[in-house]
Amino acid sequence: MDAVFLARLQFGLTAGFHFLFPPTTLGLSLLIVIVESRYLRTKNEVYKSLSAYLVKILGTVFVMGVATGIVLEFAFGNNWAAYSRTVGDIFGAPLAAEAVFSFFLESVFLGILVFGRNKVSAKSYRLSAVLVFLGAHLSALWIIIANSWMQTPAGFRMEGGRAVLDSVWKAAFNPSTVVRFFHTILGGWTTGALVAMAIAAWLMLKGQAAEKAAVLMRTSLVVFAASAILQLGSGHAHSIQVTRTQPEKMAAFEALWKTMDGAPFTVFGIPDEKNERTLLAVRVPRMLSMLVHFTPNGKVLGLDEFPRNERPPVLLPFAGYHLMILIGVLFIVMGLAGLWLRAKKTLERSRGYLKLVLWTVPLAYLANETGWIAAEVGRQPWAVYKVLRTSEAVSAVVPAGNILFSLVLFAALYALIGTAGLGIILRTIRGGPGDEEAGVRKGEF
Amino acid sequence: MAAWDVLRNAWFLLIGVLLAGYSLLDGFDLGVGALLPFLAKTEDEKRWLIAAVGPVWDGNEVWLLAGGGALFAAFPLAYATVFSGFYLALMLVLFALILRAVSLEFRAHDTARRGLWEAAFVGGSVVPALVFGVALGNVVVGVPIDAAGEFAGSFFTLLRPLPLVFGLLGLCAFLTHGAAYAAVKTSGELRERARRTARTMAVAFGAAFVLSVVMVWIYLPAALGKIVAWIFAAVVCLALVLFLAALKKGRDGRTFALSSAAFLGLWGIVGAIQYPNLVRASDPALSLTVRTASSSALTLKVMLLIALVGMPLVIGYTIYAYRVFKGKADAGGAGY
Repeated sequence: MDAVFLARLQFGLTAGFHFLFPPTTLGLSLLIVIVESRYLRTKNEVYKSLSAYLVKILGTVFVMGVATGIVLEFAFGNNWAAYSRTVGDIFGAPLAAEAVFSFFLESVFLGILVFGRNKVSAKSYRLSAVLVFLGAHLSALWIIIANSWMQTPAGFRMEGGRAVLDSVWKAAFNPSTVVRFFHTILGGWTTGALVAMAIAAWLMLKGQAAEKAAVLMRTSLVVFAASAILQLGSGHAHSIQVTRTQPEKMAAFEALWKTMDGAPFTVFGIPDEKNERTLLAVRVPRMLSMLVHFTPNGKVLGLDEFPRNERPPVLLPFAGYHLMILIGVLFIVMGLAGLWLRAKKTLERSRGYLKLVLWTVPLAYLANETGWIAAEVGRQPWAVYKVLRTSEAVSAVVPAGNILFSLVLFAALYALIGTAGLGIILRTIRGGPGDEEAGVRKGEF
Repeated sequence: MAAWDVLRNAWFLLIGVLLAGYSLLDGFDLGVGALLPFLAKTEDEKRWLIAAVGPVWDGNEVWLLAGGGALFAAFPLAYATVFSGFYLALMLVLFALILRAVSLEFRAHDTARRGLWEAAFVGGSVVPALVFGVALGNVVVGVPIDAAGEFAGSFFTLLRPLPLVFGLLGLCAFLTHGAAYAAVKTSGELRERARRTARTMAVAFGAAFVLSVVMVWIYLPAALGKIVAWIFAAVVCLALVLFLAALKKGRDGRTFALSSAAFLGLWGIVGAIQYPNLVRASDPALSLTVRTASSSALTLKVMLLIALVGMPLVIGYTIYAYRVFKGKADAGGAGY
């Protein structure tokens, strides 16, 4: 196994594992702000105890995000030294800004949320919740600025083999930043809200804490449905952007081997990259052209437009992209069905729906991960699109053996903290929202 | 050109400030973590110490991420060389920090494996406290670097006498600082134990400091000519003497301030010896300096703006959070 492959595998593993947690944080922090605001307005203890319940879960999710995020801050220097030298002038700044503007904010005020319920006023507590929410979302913004610059680099010039910053604004708000930011946070809101819905559904199925479960379900269902529906728009806008700025990536997403006027949308298929065809393809004629150009005969570039050594792999981006869309559509249906059941006032008794909510939680994570895989594998063979190849971005001095060694240790470590963390989160959920003085976690040692 | 150099020097200073801020803040919780089995005799005492760092360790650790991010942004060539060159040593630190990050939350809630997570907290505190000094010692004494700016040594290059002694010095400084913090946040028997430990550690700190000066004299004699380094050395010595005096009088707040001052003195010495080098090369012509390793003037300017807007805010709300949790920690260990 060569160093490039191992370095990619290591980054994929560490970033992919990390990416389980921040989306959850985005959604849960939003719900905590909503619930805390209700509490401040109504002084109803139900909200206070729900907030404490969600804060406990967020606490565990957050430390796992921190633990797995540290690695990524240093990964570029460890495994991608050539990358760091070539584009550090541009890429380092958003990472530093993320620490300064987001990590401090999140960490300091999460400390107050978890430990400070009885040490600050209700208003300051709600403000802390807002600041954790703000920190988490700013963090998403900075990291997406960095990652989007790899997808659609802008605002720089090449000088002596190094990228040099020309325009901060153009680099930060490059052609894919804004749409990818909204796409990512909506994915986070959907995920966090579905987790909260599942908790409420579980309480309802067990017949526990009926009033609190109903409030939690109501709040999270609205966020879930709204995010899932808005995601349709953001996903569409994102696809149009990819077609315009990274056409070979869209060709890989759709396994479009040849340029076509009136390209079809492939609903299902198994791309056969060697023979450049799609097996068992189920296609909707002209739909891709409709979707990305709003005209049935619009021209969509196929993979044949690009030299072979500049084509992304097809199988993973295709599978990831389609799985993500499928889950997205399912979530819209689930959101609408939930709202309909709620309007009929039968939601609490619809055991089939509640079980569906419970069992689809992993799909939210799958959608986040497959979307991310499609985006990053679809960027290949480039580390920075048309600027730096992935194969030329690795550390020259790190032997493959060292990468393999650390990769194995990361995998073992992540398996350990992943199972332990999941166990703790499930135990917290099973404990139910307490009736005790909320926010104080005594007797849990 | 002149403006670019001003920016480069400003960033040399600012990265020093971020790393010093890290060692002052995360320093005490690393110290408390490393000393946990020695300071706490009972489960209640352990909880008490953990409650003293629980609400703040995470925010403290962000100083390291900010320092690392700033190094990447301001001096990408130094970041790339050090982090790829010191690969295995830094992986060790990363594994330690991962385990440490989850350890307190998991220790509280995963009761079946409490021993494991406690060991993760202690080990996860000792390893970085030791390795940071070793890494710093290496960039100070100099490492083999080739013409392409790549690290040309091996893992064992890192384990030379001066870096190892710097590692020991760093560990002693973290332990002294942690013991001083533990005394501030506890009372009774636990506080007395923390104070006794602080005294022992401060003496060890002094001894390791003298040994470090000897190492510098042997391996980096040119550094002895830097007047500013001697001034900071005097600050370290004075701070340690006053530390012992304040400890005797039971002035816990003052002892903590003085161990902070000693730490700052160490950073002052390193900065004075190191400038303008970021990573000293065995062949001085190949050293990565503020000039040869920096980003463009525009990037440094933007970063400076980010720091000037962001860091006062960070310092402001960090002070707020410390005030919220001020005084003795909750002996009951509320929170976890």
